[in-house]
Amino acid sequence: MDKLVFDIAHLLAGSVLLVSFMMLYQNRLSALLNLFALHAVILAFSVAWQAHLQDAPHLYVTAMIALFFKALFIPLALHRIVVRLNIHRQIENVVGVGPTMLLGMGLAALGMLLMVRITPDSDLLGREDLGFALSTVMLGLLLMVARRNAVSQVIGFMSVENGTILAATGAKGMPMVVEISVAFSILIAFIVIGVFLFRIRERFDTVDLQALDQFRGEQG
Amino acid sequence: MLVVMSAVAVLLALPVAALGIGARRVATVLVYGFGLAASLASLAAALGQLLSTAGTTPAITLPLGLPWIGAHMRLDALSAFFLTVVDLGGAAACLYGLGYGRHERAPRRVLPFFPLFLAGMQLVVLADDAFTFLFSWEFMSLASWALVVADHHKGDTVRAGYVYLIMASFGTAALLLAFGLLAGPEGGYGFAAIRAAAHSPAEASLVLALLLLGAGSKAGLVPLHVWLPLAHPAAPSHVSALMSGVMTKVAIYAFVRVVFDLLGQPQWWWSMAVLTLGGITAVLGVLYALMQHDLKRLLAYHTVENIGIIYIGLGLALAFRAEGLAPAAALALTAALFHVLNHMTFKSLLFFGAGAVLTATGERDMERLGGLIHRMPVTAFAFLIGCAAISALPPFNGFASEWLTFQAVLQGPKLALWGPKLLVPSVGALLALSAALAAGCFVKAFGVTFLSRPRSRPAATAGEVDRFSLAAMLLFAVLCLLAGILPGLVIDTLGPVVGGLVGQRMPVQSVEPWLTIIPIAASHSSYNGLLVFVFITWAALTAAQVIHRWASHALRRGPAWDCGYPDASPLTQYSASGFAQPIRRVFGTVVFRATEEVRMPPPGDTGPARLEVVVKDLVWAVFYAPVAKAVGILADRLNRMQYLTIRKYLSLVFLALVILLLALELWL
Repeated sequence: MDKLVFDIAHLLAGSVLLVSFMMLYQNRLSALLNLFALHAVILAFSVAWQAHLQDAPHLYVTAMIALFFKALFIPLALHRIVVRLNIHRQIENVVGVGPTMLLGMGLAALGMLLMVRITPDSDLLGREDLGFALSTVMLGLLLMVARRNAVSQVIGFMSVENGTILAATGAKGMPMVVEISVAFSILIAFIVIGVFLFRIRERFDTVDLQALDQFRGEQG
Repeated sequence: MLVVMSAVAVLLALPVAALGIGARRVATVLVYGFGLAASLASLAAALGQLLSTAGTTPAITLPLGLPWIGAHMRLDALSAFFLTVVDLGGAAACLYGLGYGRHERAPRRVLPFFPLFLAGMQLVVLADDAFTFLFSWEFMSLASWALVVADHHKGDTVRAGYVYLIMASFGTAALLLAFGLLAGPEGGYGFAAIRAAAHSPAEASLVLALLLLGAGSKAGLVPLHVWLPLAHPAAPSHVSALMSGVMTKVAIYAFVRVVFDLLGQPQWWWSMAVLTLGGITAVLGVLYALMQHDLKRLLAYHTVENIGIIYIGLGLALAFRAEGLAPAAALALTAALFHVLNHMTFKSLLFFGAGAVLTATGERDMERLGGLIHRMPVTAFAFLIGCAAISALPPFNGFASEWLTFQAVLQGPKLALWGPKLLVPSVGALLALSAALAAGCFVKAFGVTFLSRPRSRPAATAGEVDRFSLAAMLLFAVLCLLAGILPGLVIDTLGPVVGGLVGQRMPVQSVEPWLTIIPIAASHSSYNGLLVFVFITWAALTAAQVIHRWASHALRRGPAWDCGYPDASPLTQYSASGFAQPIRRVFGTVVFRATEEVRMPPPGDTGPARLEVVVKDLVWAVFYAPVAKAVGILADRLNRMQYLTIRKYLSLVFLALVILLLALELWL
C-alpha cells in the first residue's frame, strides 16, 4: 500500500515537471495555453492526493482553487485575450529549442540532486516532492527568460507559482492563510498583466517585448 | 537597574516632547533639563553599582528585539564604569547645552537627536547580547550622524557627514561579522553563551582583527581615523564634546568587552598588533593636531592621540595577560581605564571651551583669535586647566594615568617572549614623544587663542559666556584636579572592574598614607598627587609673593622697542602655523609630504611675497583615495546595468539563483 501511495504521488509530481518541459518546447500560443491548463489540472490532482495522504482537508480547497482558477479561468481568459489580440495563430520564434531543452534538463537534474542531498532527514515523499517543485520553478523561470512574447512570459510566471504550490503542499502543515494569499496575489497579478497587455498592444501594436526596448528613455 | 532603564526611557521619550512644543526656548530647557536629570539619576545608579560591595550584577530582559531572544541588559562592574563615564559626560553636556543651546540657529535639528544619542550610548554599555549591542551601536551612530549634519548648509559639514556615515557603516559591518563569528553556527547571541563557548585560535584572531576595524573605526585608530577630525568639529560644541569625550569611550568599551571579557585567553602576538597600532595612533594623532589651526579640529586630532594612549595601555594588558603576569596586566588595564575617564573629563572641558570661544567670537580659526584671557577670564582659566591636564602635567589627572601607563611600560622586561619584550620599550618611546608633542601643541592652542593681542575684530569685542556653560566647564576643571590629587580613589574604584577582566586587581591604595599611590611596590615607584599639588601651589604663591614684594616696586612702564614700526598690526604676532613650523620641517617631508614654496614678486612689482604650505594627509592618499577611485570606476562600469531589458534582468536574477544553487550543491 505504502509503495503504491508513494508511486502515485511521485507520478503526479513528475507529470507536473514533464508538462513544464512540454511548455518549454511548445512554440504555438494556443497550444501553450492548453498545456498550462494541463499543468494546473495535474497540479490540482497532486494537491488533492497530498490532501488525502496527509489527512488535511484544507488542501482540498487548495486543489479546488488550482482547478478552477488556474486550469479553467485563467487559461480561458488568456485564450480570449490571445484571440482578441489576434495572435492566436502566431508562431513564436523560440530560439534554440535544443539548447533550451538541454539547459532545462540540467536545471531539473540540479534541483533534484540538491533537494535530495540537503534534506536527508525528511521523509522520502517530501524530498521527492521538493525536488520536483524546485525543478518546476526553475523551468518556469527559464520559460520567462527564453520567451519574448508577453503572454508566454505570463504563463512562465504562472507555472513558477504552480511550482511553489507543489513545494508547499509537499511539506506538511502549510497554513491555509498562506495558500489563499498566494492565490489572490496571482489573481491580481493576472488581472494587472492582462490590462497591461492591452495597453501595450494599443500603444505599440505588438506584445513582443523586444519592440518596447526602443521606447525606453535615457539609455546610457 | 530600574533607575537606569527609566532614565533611558525618559531620554527616548524626550524627542517627542521636544517636537511637540512649539516654543524653542521651552523645548531647549525641557530637553536639556530632563536630559540632565536622567543622566544624573543614571549616574547615581551606575556609581552605586560600581562602589557597592554586594557583588550582585543586576540584569533585566526586555521583550523587545528579536522575538526568541529578547533584549538582555546587564550592569556588571565594567558596564557600570563605562556608564559612569557616559552619564558624567552626558550630564555635563546637558548642563552646557542649557546655555549653549540658546544660540543654536536651528534647534530642531539638534534637540530631538541629542537625547537619542545619549540613550544610544547608554544602551550600548548595558547590552548583554549581540543583537541588542549592535542595534544600540547603530542607533548611537545614526543619532550622532544626524547631529553632525545639523548645520547642513556648509559643504564641509555635508562631506564630513558622508565620510562619517560610510565609516560608521563599515565599522558596524565589521562588528556584525565579529559577533557572528563569536556566536558560532548555533547562534548563541547572549554574552553569557559567547563567554562560555570555546573559540578556536584562528577564529579568535579573526574576531580581534574585526574588532580593531569595527571598534577602532569608531574610536579613531590610525588609519581608520579619517572621519573623526571631519565629523567631530562639524557638530555643535556640546555634541562634539560628547562624540570626542564619550562616544570614543563607548568604542573602547566594545573592544574591552569582547577582547578581555568574551574572547578568553589572548594569544601572544595580539598585544603586538594592538601596541603597534596604539603607538602609531598616538604619535600621528598629535602630529596632525600640531598642524591644525582650527581649534575644534585640533582637539579632534588630539582625541586620536589619546585613543592611541588608551590602546597602548590595553595592548600592554594583553601582553602581560598572555604570559600570565596578572599584577602587571592589572596595572596596565587600570591605567587604560583611568585614562578613559580622564580623557572624557578634559576633552569635554576643552570642547566646551572651544564652544564658548565659538559662541563669543563666531571663530574657530586660531589665526583670527587672541587676547581672549582678558575678555573671557573664567573660560580661559578652565581651558588652561584642561590644557594642563591633557598635556599630562601634574597635579592634574592626565599625569596620573599616563604615569601609570609608563609604570606598566617599565614592567615590560618581565615579559618572556622577545617580540613583545622588544616592542614595549619602543612603544614607550612613542608614548613619551606624543606626550611631549601634546604639551607643545597645547602651548600653541592656549597661547594663540587666549594670550597675545586680538587678531580680529570679533576677538577684540568678545564677552564671557553664560553661567550654565561656565558651570559645566568649571565642574570638569574641578574633576580634573580631584582625579589628579586622588588617583588612589579612582584606582580602588576600578579594582572590581579590572579584577573581573584579568583575574587580579591593583593593590588597594586607600591604605597608603597621605594619598600616595604605589602601583607595584614602594621600592619601585610612588606618586603623591597631593604633595605635588601642595608643592606647586606653595611654590607659585611664594614666587608671586617674592616678586610682588621685591620686584613690583621697581616696575616701570614704558614703550617697548618696536623696530621703528609703532602700533604694529596684530597679524605680525607669532602665529599658530609659525609655532608648528619647526615640527613641520622635522616630520613634514616624511609624514605629511609637506611642501613649502616661497613666491617672491619680481623686482618692481609691489605685490606681497607669499609663503605657501601644502600639507597632505598621507593616510588618506594611501588607503582611502585608491578605494574611492576604484569604487568610482566600478560604479561607472556598472552604470550600464541600469539600462538592460526586462528579459536581461530576469536572466540575471535567474542566473544568480542557479549559481547560488550550484554553490550549495558543490559546498555540501
